[in-house]
Amino acid sequence: MSETLLRTEGLTVVFGGLVALSGLDLEIRRGEIVGLIGPNGAGKTTAFNAITGVVQPSSGRIFLGEEDITARPAPKIAAKGIARTFQQIRLYDDLTVIENVMVAGHSSVRYTFLEAVTGLGRFSADEKRISEYAEYLLELMGLSDVISAKASALPYGRQRKLEIARALALRPTVLLLDEPVAGMNPMETKGFADLLRRLHRELNLTIGLIDHDMGFVMNVCHKIKVIDHGVPIAWGTPNEIRTDQKVIAAYLGTAA
Amino acid sequence: MDTAFVIQQLIFGITLGCLYSLIAIGYTMVYGVIRLINFAHGDLLMVAAYIGFFGIVIYHLPWPVAFGISILLTAALGILIDRGAYKPLRDSPRISALITAIGVSFLLENLGIVIIGGRPKSFPRPSLFEGDLQFDQLILPYLSLWVLGITVMLLTLVLLIVHRTRVGMAMRALSRDFETVRLMGVDVDRVISFTFVLGSSLAAVGGIFWCMKYPAVEPFMGVIPGLKAFVAAVLGGIGSVSGAALGGLLLGLAEVLIVAIQPEWSGYRDAVAFTILIAILLTRPTGIMGEELPK
Repeated sequence: MSETLLRTEGLTVVFGGLVALSGLDLEIRRGEIVGLIGPNGAGKTTAFNAITGVVQPSSGRIFLGEEDITARPAPKIAAKGIARTFQQIRLYDDLTVIENVMVAGHSSVRYTFLEAVTGLGRFSADEKRISEYAEYLLELMGLSDVISAKASALPYGRQRKLEIARALALRPTVLLLDEPVAGMNPMETKGFADLLRRLHRELNLTIGLIDHDMGFVMNVCHKIKVIDHGVPIAWGTPNEIRTDQKVIAAYLGTAA
Repeated sequence: MDTAFVIQQLIFGITLGCLYSLIAIGYTMVYGVIRLINFAHGDLLMVAAYIGFFGIVIYHLPWPVAFGISILLTAALGILIDRGAYKPLRDSPRISALITAIGVSFLLENLGIVIIGGRPKSFPRPSLFEGDLQFDQLILPYLSLWVLGITVMLLTLVLLIVHRTRVGMAMRALSRDFETVRLMGVDVDRVISFTFVLGSSLAAVGGIFWCMKYPAVEPFMGVIPGLKAFVAAVLGGIGSVSGAALGGLLLGLAEVLIVAIQPEWSGYRDAVAFTILIAILLTRPTGIMGEELPK
């Protein structure tokens, strides 16, 4: 079996008196697609926020490979290879589609300020590399035809794809997707599952995803973690999760 | 009123407008990126003028050197103000940062009084900027040509940076969504510092030219130009660089022309700017080039 890439140990986030996430142990191995599911308010997005440095964990640790990345600044974590998308689409409306993607190429820039001002040295090679990679990603996501449109002009489904292209521009080792198929119809969802598998294969990605669409999650994920009210309640393959009594109880309510 | 007179007034108006534009661009850039009205911005112009003054008059430096040092130090002060006063408040309510900006402004003005004293000092004008071209009754001061040329050049440079470079792209992205930019691996603090460097340098250039036009340096000299540049930025649509340039130009023209048309109103010159501010806030709060508010 391949090595563990992303691991959390007892990850806990407390807001004031509210325990949003309690003792999450998550293990994602290289090349896996892992789902994180649970009822609304279960702490799924909080887990992603803690991993990417948006919120500070109250306790627990996060490791990327061997390295402890707990509570590191968000840009550092991103540069180390964890990229994400958001539950609510958060694009830069005013920027063009390709500019949205190129913003995320920032961390791979090697030229210095002086080189940028004078246009010498590594500047043009770096810029070319970043814009070419952005074009490649947009092609992969099927957005080549709208490269210079404003992001706000895209329809919803394509904005979702653009968000993923932007995250991929970080050349991440781990991609975290927060409800990627929310608001999509069954046809779009199916198309998206195929796209995700293709990305997974072509870019050697390791993926963590949150979603409420059980069909989609069961379909694409190798492993699934279930949390309820901030507390992890189950972990296993889609088939194990489907039949887990605690999971069924969390989703359907327990018979008293 | 003959044509020559009108053209003459237009020249004066454009010169004044360019100075407002230079200062307004810094206001609008900082607002665009961190949504803060940096009320200390006008005082940077005063600091730049004093540094230039000391460089030339006290240390007898050649003027290009003195002005260069002035621009560099003012840019550094811009970063220092951001890191020291605004950065700790990045996650606080916006009003805290706004009040801090007013505090920084008072601090700079009063430091000026304590350290240098309140007596106005006369600013030296290098001979390059002296004299004027004469056509019939028309007077075209060299200084006006310099101001216009340098403003156009700097405006083009800023627009190129904002729209063509990676740091400009990051600045525009930041104005939309701070958090996701951090999550895309961008060192946000460096982008903000860069914004302050650009804005403060423009204020320094504006300050130096302001003093060559109105050659009295004193600790409160930045207040009125600062406030008017703020009006210009709002008029043009705060957050928009070309809007700030346009707003500055319009404001300068309006001030000069109103006095030209009604000389007895010259006492109300400053009132013109603030009347425009009230009018624009009532009719189109997002300014000329600002985005339409969602209905």
